[in-house]
Amino acid sequence: MKLILEKRPQRSAKMALLSPLLAIALTVFFGGVIFALLGLNPLRALYVYFLEPLTSWWSIQELVIKAAPLVLIGVGLAVCFEAKVWNIGAEGQLTMGALAGSMIPVFFTGWQSPLTLVAMLVLGIIGGALFGAIPAFLKTRFNANEILTSLMLVYVAGYLADWLVRGPWRDPDGFNFPKSVNFEGWQVLPTIFGDRIHIGAILAVAAALVLAFVMAKTLKGFEIRIMGNAPRAGMFSGFSPKKTVWFAMLLSGGLAGLAGICEIAGPAGHLQPLISPGYGFTAIIVAFLGRLNPIGVIFAGVMLAISYLGGESAQIDLGVSARISQVFQGMLLFFILACDTLILYRIKLLSGGSRKVTGA
Amino acid sequence: MEAIILTIITAATPLLLAAMGELVVERSGVLNLGVEGMMVVGAVCGFGAAYASGSVTLGILAGIAGGMIIALLFAIMTQTFLSNQVATGLALTLLGLGVSGLIGESFVGVPGVKLGQIYIPLLTDLPYVGRILFGQDILVYGSVALMMATSYVLFKTRTGLVIRAVGGNHHSAHALGYNVIAVRYAAILFGGACAGLAGAYLSLAYTPQWVENMTAGRGWIALALVVFASWMPVRIMIGAYLFGTIWILGLVVQAMGYGIPSQLLSSLPYLVTIAALVIISGNRTLTKINSPAMIGQPFVPDR
Amino acid sequence: MPQEAQNAAPLLEVRNITKMYGDLAANSDVSLSIDEGEIHALLGENGAGKSTLVKVIYGSLQPTSGEVWWQGKKITIANPAAARELGVGMVFQHFSLFDALTVAENIALALPGKLDLAGLSEKISRVSKDYGLPLEPTAHVADLSVGERQRIEIVRCLLQEPKLLIMDEPTAVLTPQEADQLFLTLDRLAEEGCAVLYISHRLDEIKRLCHHATILRHGKVVADVDPQEETANSLASLMVGADIHTISAKSGRETGAVILGINNLNAPADGPFGVALKNIQLDVRAGEIVAVAGVAGNGQGEFFDALSGEVAANTSQAVKFLDTEVGHLGIIKRRKLGAAFVPEERLGHGAVPEFSLSDNVILTRHATGDDIVASGVVKNVIADDIQTRISDDFDVRKALPDPEARSLSGGNLQKFVVGRELDRDPKLLVINQPTWGVDAGAAALIRQAIIDLAARGSAVLIISQDLDEIFEVADRIAVVSRGQLSDARPATELSLEEIGMMMAGSHEKNSDHDSDRGEVASA
Repeated sequence: MKLILEKRPQRSAKMALLSPLLAIALTVFFGGVIFALLGLNPLRALYVYFLEPLTSWWSIQELVIKAAPLVLIGVGLAVCFEAKVWNIGAEGQLTMGALAGSMIPVFFTGWQSPLTLVAMLVLGIIGGALFGAIPAFLKTRFNANEILTSLMLVYVAGYLADWLVRGPWRDPDGFNFPKSVNFEGWQVLPTIFGDRIHIGAILAVAAALVLAFVMAKTLKGFEIRIMGNAPRAGMFSGFSPKKTVWFAMLLSGGLAGLAGICEIAGPAGHLQPLISPGYGFTAIIVAFLGRLNPIGVIFAGVMLAISYLGGESAQIDLGVSARISQVFQGMLLFFILACDTLILYRIKLLSGGSRKVTGA
Repeated sequence: MEAIILTIITAATPLLLAAMGELVVERSGVLNLGVEGMMVVGAVCGFGAAYASGSVTLGILAGIAGGMIIALLFAIMTQTFLSNQVATGLALTLLGLGVSGLIGESFVGVPGVKLGQIYIPLLTDLPYVGRILFGQDILVYGSVALMMATSYVLFKTRTGLVIRAVGGNHHSAHALGYNVIAVRYAAILFGGACAGLAGAYLSLAYTPQWVENMTAGRGWIALALVVFASWMPVRIMIGAYLFGTIWILGLVVQAMGYGIPSQLLSSLPYLVTIAALVIISGNRTLTKINSPAMIGQPFVPDR
Repeated sequence: MPQEAQNAAPLLEVRNITKMYGDLAANSDVSLSIDEGEIHALLGENGAGKSTLVKVIYGSLQPTSGEVWWQGKKITIANPAAARELGVGMVFQHFSLFDALTVAENIALALPGKLDLAGLSEKISRVSKDYGLPLEPTAHVADLSVGERQRIEIVRCLLQEPKLLIMDEPTAVLTPQEADQLFLTLDRLAEEGCAVLYISHRLDEIKRLCHHATILRHGKVVADVDPQEETANSLASLMVGADIHTISAKSGRETGAVILGINNLNAPADGPFGVALKNIQLDVRAGEIVAVAGVAGNGQGEFFDALSGEVAANTSQAVKFLDTEVGHLGIIKRRKLGAAFVPEERLGHGAVPEFSLSDNVILTRHATGDDIVASGVVKNVIADDIQTRISDDFDVRKALPDPEARSLSGGNLQKFVVGRELDRDPKLLVINQPTWGVDAGAAALIRQAIIDLAARGSAVLIISQDLDEIFEVADRIAVVSRGQLSDARPATELSLEEIGMMMAGSHEKNSDHDSDRGEVASA
């Protein structure tokens, strides 16, 4: 028997919808296998991991709080990856957005006006975009691979944040804890639907809707798609590859920066050495699970938020390490990529004999 | 001074091992961005096996096996299912970090088993150069031997010629009857073995303990090294030792306490990587000549 | 066929070969036989199934059904290595060479046994001198001309001491003089007893060279003839069957003002393996078709890019369109002035394979006054209307109303890509290899459409390797060689031989060719 792939004449619309669902199904199945290997009742463990987070108002709020940054970053990366610009340094851009936005409460501690918050969010976007501009510049000017440069900058941003909160930006009244002053009043994002979900969630959905329109209906979206798909044809169409790199990096960097300041001005309420639990990396999975479609990214963001929460509830209820969520996330990404093959190819099984000419 | 050189050598060795594997992978026309993931799995498998059995040899073998198993996943995905190599490499890294964190949770804070250094009477006792030349652990020599062997195989044997041919033009290689997919499977597995070995070196020799994410971006630096070396094995060795030096110098300067923030010194290897990439990539003739033309492109044979 | 009497069994015989791709039969019930020392032509149009049959014989494809016999024994050729072991050598149409490797390394890859580059280099020098095919074993393929590359392929086969040599369209990339040299080599091989399976659609070559011809059409054998007893016309009608295409002759058209003026155009080589353009001068007038002939890889790509604006020209006045200096303008601005461009590569340059045809309409027409884009928003309905109109006007055959470009056959996609530009009624059309790899029906339609465009008073510049095509449509012809362009002369004044001499570089201003080559190689 031999497995071969046969290219479809036309991309399969049915498979485009089915492939993420199939990937989730496979992840759940193999997740059950892993739980069984860990000596747990797989059905109960899967319930705790995937469904329990949806059963209480508290955890649904938590879900939205976690999904918001994933969607914000994920839609930017979706556009970026569609253009085949591989920004994998969103985690660093998130950190820089958080740092830039925090300059307001740190340096203008007493400033209280609606503009305070606006200024923080704008600075967050600028900080992330500027940090995304570095790989864009190195790529367009020196042809340096953006995958490697953007990733290296994640470490640099992490050390910078660490230095700031332990050094110059440390709260003088903070009992020597490595954290900044606490944000107050207009330095904190207003909440909606109760007391914990903040407007970051609305920003995320709005960003997704706007980008969905841009990608589907505008010439900019056409430019992104053509540059990612066939850059030579894109140039023939009159677009500039360098401009596309800049656009993609600034957009995804800015959105990651916005997610960063929302994280600090929302759930955290102050700067601390560790700004995100790896949202910038998880958002890569979100972008792919959403099939690089901004609307799809909203659902994918919720799915990945479940995997974070599931990891926490699995730790509490089942005594499994919360690291299990990273394994689930990695597995999920693998299955999505494998299932995406089905969109362009048909899988056929051939028995060895039928391919050979019968010998003498 | 002697001590500094000794640490530089141990810092350079894992970079050399991992980059050498990736060089062969890329020479065959495949871009595996999952070096970090394969390395960290190698590190946890190596540590775990050595801890459980008390044998460093078993640890090394387990590291190699761990790297290969996760590389096999990459090979199946990209070669059989034709998935995007960039995305799959990222997935490999994320999965590797997750799996290693899960496996390694019980190893945190456990004392490890350390790979010993060789001792040759008289030679090792030579002043100045004795310990540097004749007192290293076996994998340091192994990594240099690997470099020479890779260089020899790639440029002097039929195997190497076929690898370069497949990476240079898979259509032509296929037309001549070479099995492109099989060559690439083999190259990817070799890359996994090297990365796994590099990871095991970290957890058995460099710092004999298990720390989560202990590869700290070394897999990515190894990837940058391959570009830096413009796909030439000898230059990988030069690059690895250069980076090892920078890594250690940061620590040395920190220990001297000049009032430079430690975070700046810790960022140094990453900043230098970026600088190196910029210098090399800016020189297009240098990167174009050796860079495998098929890199990252999937191969679909017609039936 | 002198050897026929000596051997009862033919060297190679394929019987009733059928090869299916899904529902499509690339070969259907094909049989042919070749004797030792025979030069056997396999004749047919693009898509007639020649390449499929050859791949079956060379072991790179397995037939769906049918038998292969070798020297009277029934065999299975599992892969190319097995074919080589039998004594089958193949010179590929799109060479199976490796740019980054040396000549010797390229040849070693096709030979079995231990790698011994020094010994092999000696053998290469000996064989290549013996057959008049000079080669430098340590040279990198990337630095060699197309003719030299073909020599590598041939020497590679000769070193395997083949009993059967397969040549797939070997002269498509050669100058007429280089082709003659190749025929001498093949004659000599045949005298030595080596059989040659010669694939071509060039009738004069086949009459000159071959002892026997098998003609394929739509995957089936339609005739088995002795080419010496046929005329070029009779062979042609066997090859295309009922689908004979005639083009209404270009009449003596009135030419008008200069539409495209090229003055001292210089351009750097496109990448390490490209060719730089040097001081190109050319005028194209309203109502005329000017053709640029030349062997592939002599700067045609660079020339097209400089004219289209994908790469800016050296000076603003180097390219003039109507009265506007456009040398520094981008492709969109040039299109807005009324110019249209069709690049050589359909998939990935002229069209995006994974995009629908209507999206591919947007590709070149988002800024050309078709109202497809209004304040940044794309109106797909309008693009789809244009797509339907082009498909109707240019007979683009497709299975769905708006399929992905990659699902079309080469001919249909080329009709679409050309139609997309002609649909705008451009004042200037620059088209690179208009009918490359296209079936005869589509080629005739495209050539006719180009002639009609010129008749309506537009200027047309064709870049082509196909001399038949050039003589069919062009009013004036210039030849490009190593980045230099000859003066354009009326087609009626030029003979094939003269063009051949120019393709080989007779018009080049710089007499010191060696230093010229070095510059190109190191660029």
